[in-house]
Amino acid sequence: MESPDKTERQPCAENGEMVIEVKGLKKKIGSQVILDGVDLSIRRGETMVIIGQSGEGKSVLLKHLVGLMTPDEGSIKIDGEEIVGVPERRMSAIRKKIGVLFQDGALFDSMTVAENVAFPLQESGIKKRQELLERVTHALSLMGLEAHMAKMPINISGGMRKRAALARAIITQPECILYDEPTSGLDPVVSDSIDRLILRMQKELCVTSIVVTHDMRSVQHVADRVAYLKKGKIYFLGTPEELRNSTDQVVQNFIQGVSENGNGSNSGVSNGVGLTPVSPQPN
Amino acid sequence: MLKLLQTTGQTASVGLSYLGQLASLLRDLVCSPFIGKVRCHLIGRQIVSIGFGSQLVVIVTGAFTGAVFAAQSYFKFNDFGIESAVGAVVSIAMCRELGPVLTALMVSGRVGASMAAEIGTMKVTEQIDALRVMGVHPVDYLVLPRAVGLLFSMPLLVAESIGFGILASRIMCVHGFHIPEAWYSHHVRAHTDLYDISIGMIKGFVFAGLIVLVSCHQGLTASNGAVGVGKGTTSAVVIASLAVLIFNFFLSLLLNQLSPLGSG
Repeated sequence: MESPDKTERQPCAENGEMVIEVKGLKKKIGSQVILDGVDLSIRRGETMVIIGQSGEGKSVLLKHLVGLMTPDEGSIKIDGEEIVGVPERRMSAIRKKIGVLFQDGALFDSMTVAENVAFPLQESGIKKRQELLERVTHALSLMGLEAHMAKMPINISGGMRKRAALARAIITQPECILYDEPTSGLDPVVSDSIDRLILRMQKELCVTSIVVTHDMRSVQHVADRVAYLKKGKIYFLGTPEELRNSTDQVVQNFIQGVSENGNGSNSGVSNGVGLTPVSPQPN
Repeated sequence: MLKLLQTTGQTASVGLSYLGQLASLLRDLVCSPFIGKVRCHLIGRQIVSIGFGSQLVVIVTGAFTGAVFAAQSYFKFNDFGIESAVGAVVSIAMCRELGPVLTALMVSGRVGASMAAEIGTMKVTEQIDALRVMGVHPVDYLVLPRAVGLLFSMPLLVAESIGFGILASRIMCVHGFHIPEAWYSHHVRAHTDLYDISIGMIKGFVFAGLIVLVSCHQGLTASNGAVGVGKGTTSAVVIASLAVLIFNFFLSLLLNQLSPLGSG
């Protein structure tokens, strides 16, 4: 696999075409305002990382992008097509362009790992057993899971479940993949392999990626741009370097893991790595 | 007074909202075979799971209900010297009321709870969201196969329950209370016709619809993790059972208009 060194990547978003455009997105759950006018544009082929403290609405934003939640106000366009207010059945065509890695994998617990990964292919009309087997085996071997194909999700570890879910998300080669906390709860080695896979998907297939994470090391590895979500709005939007060099105290507090009362406790940075520059991994 | 009005209003609002959600699910379910994808293998699996899997429960319920109803009827009818009419009473009661209602209650406990728990667990673990992002409508994939499976199986389960109820009653009367078999059979045949059995099966079909709607709705709206799934499952059984009993009353009145009991 390639090094996660960003300098080796060849972004395919040079034309700056917007694939996802979010305007004035507002969402209230109960009495709590979760999103309070989010504006965000994501270019084709770029990797946008969304960071923010727990409970700031990152996953809610992600779910809006794929139509799993309906906003109170605002607009979301995917490939220029408005998805807010589109009936569930008409969303199917739009969703087929998108793969989602859920926070806990969301594997179907009544199916084996291989059946889970084969499911999107079967639903897209592929019935040939040999083709299914080849593609599933390839996807699972990318994740190092070929030996666990016949196991039920309950019988594999959390990290394996997440990798199996990632295999399921990428098997139809979607144009855009949304990752909800792809490295949370994983050991550093597996986290690194997932970061590399995100980069590989972008480099080889020009996949647009939106990654919600707390893992600042991942931010440095994979992000083309970073959006910092705070109090329901995009507080900061820029490159990882701009984020690192930001003089804004709130941003610095977040990336250094300093709480707002300044006692140094966790403010949402789960691994406590902060923004220590990460040297490229050897091949 | 104001508080009473407020509480009444809130309760009515919650009730109407719930009925609206059920109506919406029913609309999606009815439209599903025409605009969605029908997965025959899932329907087959549900028929096996619901129909074949409920055999024991239904047979035991039907048989023991028939037997005990025959015994209680015999004890009283014996005082009046009309013990030979036990067969007629049991068969009519089993066909029109006990068979469909008790089968529906047992199935709502066994199958309804399982539907609510399975779908609810899928909901709280984001498996339903995963289906949706893969372009699979949850009603097509989860509700339609269960609905077809139960709508197909339930009338047959009701018929089976009725059959075993009458059989157990016959064994009880003929071998337990020494009622002549010819008398017993004559009264059963004279007072029970195909329409009585049809009423039971029609009721079974309607109850199947109620159980599927209520249970799947509880599953699809589950939240708050394991506690939410537990509450949803309990609610599914309670609401489905109450709905069965209430609908049974109105259905009985309606169907009795079409074929009045005692007319023939």
